[in-house]
Amino acid sequence: MKAAGKIVFLTVLAIFMAAPLVVVAGVSFNSTQRMNFPPQNPSLVWYETFFGDPAWMSAFSLSLIVAVLAALASVSIALPIAYAIWKYKSRLALVLESLARISFLLPSIVLSIVFLVFWSWIGHFGRIEDTILSHAVVFVALPLATIGMGFRSIDMALVEAARTMGARESDVLRTVIRPIVLPYIVSGLVFVFILSLNEYIIAYMVAGFEVETLPIKVFNNLRMGFQPTMCVGAVLFMALGVVAFSAVAVIGDLPKLLGGASRR
Amino acid sequence: MTAVSASRLRLGLLLSWPIVALAGLGAVPFVLLLRISLGQRDPNGMYLPGITLNSYGALGEPELLGALLDSIQLAVIVGAISVGLGFPLTWLIARMRRRLQVAWLIFLLATLSLSDVLIAFSWQVMLSKRIGLSNLFVALGLMDGPESLTPSAGAVIACLVYLVLPFTVLTLFPVLSRLDRDLIEAARTLGASPLKAFASVVVPMTKGPAMIAFVMAMVLTVGAYVPPLVLGRPQSWPMAVLIGSTALAGHDLPRASAMSVFLLAATVLLAVGAFQATRMRKS
Repeated sequence: MKAAGKIVFLTVLAIFMAAPLVVVAGVSFNSTQRMNFPPQNPSLVWYETFFGDPAWMSAFSLSLIVAVLAALASVSIALPIAYAIWKYKSRLALVLESLARISFLLPSIVLSIVFLVFWSWIGHFGRIEDTILSHAVVFVALPLATIGMGFRSIDMALVEAARTMGARESDVLRTVIRPIVLPYIVSGLVFVFILSLNEYIIAYMVAGFEVETLPIKVFNNLRMGFQPTMCVGAVLFMALGVVAFSAVAVIGDLPKLLGGASRR
Repeated sequence: MTAVSASRLRLGLLLSWPIVALAGLGAVPFVLLLRISLGQRDPNGMYLPGITLNSYGALGEPELLGALLDSIQLAVIVGAISVGLGFPLTWLIARMRRRLQVAWLIFLLATLSLSDVLIAFSWQVMLSKRIGLSNLFVALGLMDGPESLTPSAGAVIACLVYLVLPFTVLTLFPVLSRLDRDLIEAARTLGASPLKAFASVVVPMTKGPAMIAFVMAMVLTVGAYVPPLVLGRPQSWPMAVLIGSTALAGHDLPRASAMSVFLLAATVLLAVGAFQATRMRKS
């Protein structure tokens, strides 16, 4: 009886979480302009439209460019901080870490106004760099957390052993530290990439008219009424998310990365 | 150069880019936000020089106070539902076989990362007259005819819970996954009822993280712009939507800045209040 209750609870929540995605995915396979669920005469016609439409494709590739560069920039900020905390126990680095955490925890509408005001003030409004750097800073708390975890997982005995055997600092960094920390850097990259890809309000406020990423394009289309191509965009982003986080689960220990107990 | 100052120099060089990035893009813009909130509206630019409290004075308007109350009410409701569902969900996920656990985590991370635009759009489709839930209700005999279930407060809450729930689970996952189940077993062996064991072992250990999850849910809700705009009734639009329209449609940056400062202050107070409440119960 108790077990049945658990299964019902999990099933209901799984349906709640999956239903909107299933409905949108279903609608994307319709063959007509009309919204039908389940789809009638399933076809890929809207996928062809999506990939054949320069406007959708440019929004999609723009999103990818922004997300890749934001992920790299974010890790370039996070890596030195995490290293300085681990290696030098630097106070300054700890202060930077809390600054990063705070900016991640602020209401996103407030952040979007903050960045809008900032980029307008330095006279650099509406450029792609604005979106990239804003995302890099807002999401830096994530790579900071994963990379910090990577450094903490290094067994100091290994480092000592390498030194005893005559390895220089640079050798230790290359042969001992880098291989251990690398998977954590990759998962940090993935987290920022996916979140930046999907972020709407900051991207819209700082450069939405010039740099139309996919979420912005979907939102703009939303006002003009329903189009099945929007569903294609949503399906694409869902698939990217599942693939990316599955990759993280394959290269690393996902439950541990999320702070859970390690593999038993 | 001494060894100490050399290592200081190295540290400084190492951290120079993070400092520039985080101070330049994190701290400076906030000072700017405060400054502009004290400026006067410039229809052709950002703001006019000089200091005025006009934008803050406008915060007393009943429309804005109502929107702030709507924001807070929404935050508390969404926070309570998310933690109420998220706690048992995380509890069960933490006890699953590893493969199932990883599958759930990937699923939750994928939905967590999905743009709020796409999720709000999905809910709009789900609640539409043509193919939405109301058709299911009609089939079940609960409703007479299909109708659109948006805009409504229920739609906004459902969509926000959907957005926030994965965050709640991921916040609670570390503590619930490391919770020593032997302690509960021990309490049960010593004759405590399941409820008593839960209250005396689990609650004290998870109260803090549960409150963090609740506050995080509230912050995410307060900051959400798209779901209430797309799914909510215009007369109950929360602060976030009004801030967005003041900045974008109204071109009034001082006023949007003042509203942001106001919303930020309210959020911080809400968070501090929530943490204070847990601490008081402890003593």
